[in-house]
Amino acid sequence: MKNIKFLLLGIFFAIVLSKSQAISWYRFYEMFKFQSFHMYGIIGGAVVISAIIMQLFKSGKIKDINGNKIVPKPKKKGVISTIFGGTLFGLGWGISGACAAPVFVILGFKFLPALIILIGALIGAFLYGLIAKKLPN
Amino acid sequence: MDFLLEPWPWFIGGPLIALSLFLYFYFGQNFGASTNFETLCTMAGAGKVSDYFKKDWKQRDFALLFVMGLIIGGFISAYFLVPNPAIDLNPTTVEELTDIGFSNVGETYFPAEIFSDDVVFSLKGFLILILSGVLIGFGTRYAGGCTSGHAITGLSSLQLPSLLAVIGFFIGGIIATWFIIPILF
Repeated sequence: MKNIKFLLLGIFFAIVLSKSQAISWYRFYEMFKFQSFHMYGIIGGAVVISAIIMQLFKSGKIKDINGNKIVPKPKKKGVISTIFGGTLFGLGWGISGACAAPVFVILGFKFLPALIILIGALIGAFLYGLIAKKLPN
Repeated sequence: MDFLLEPWPWFIGGPLIALSLFLYFYFGQNFGASTNFETLCTMAGAGKVSDYFKKDWKQRDFALLFVMGLIIGGFISAYFLVPNPAIDLNPTTVEELTDIGFSNVGETYFPAEIFSDDVVFSLKGFLILILSGVLIGFGTRYAGGCTSGHAITGLSSLQLPSLLAVIGFFIGGIIATWFIIPILF
């Protein structure tokens, strides 16, 4: 049960997202309409602090729990895949106000609607897997 | 106790998200959420249809526990930690949404026009939810990440693909909120 810490971290992360309203449909709507600073503050703040953390990982000042160097996985490259895939995700995110972690959190708030979004996301990931080899990168 | 029940401002939420990322990496794994969609497909037997899903999901047991935590944390928050779900919206946002037919804008986290059980059982409401989900699942996998994996992990580790992905997220999100939402409602 050494992975139980991930369960606790998931609970913590869900509470952080819920309490800072970063799962609210309205918060993402106003973000994409540039009508509020709230989400920019949350995401921007998280990125800036994470960038400092990443430097500490990179320099080896902080190692993981097993003493190994922490190296974030390189993201897959590909201009079309990232921009076009990102745009498709953005469309779904903008309409439903849900992204990949919040959709699980929203189950606690609005179970049935969030479940439908989640089923849709699994269908989407499945369709991607079926045609992944044929898509341009 | 008051702090736990009040909404948290951005300067609390942002750092605590960074702390979550830190702990995820410190525990020895790469922070992200959307790979779980693939893992759940694999668990549901998608490997029988496509080799893409022939993976050992047991290697991702930590991520599945994280997802279980997200669900449990969502229920804890919904039932105990958000006694006042009102969102302090810009009056322009409230006016705009009211104009296109949304009611009680900002009184709860989720508009009833998209997130109510009645809507789920209407054809239009069901299609909006499921098709948004398909775009989220397909788009995140094609782009190789979501808000956690690209916008936070990728940008903070200065990866160029993540910058492109985030530009894509905004192109899609802007099209959705500026043009599609007013057509749908």
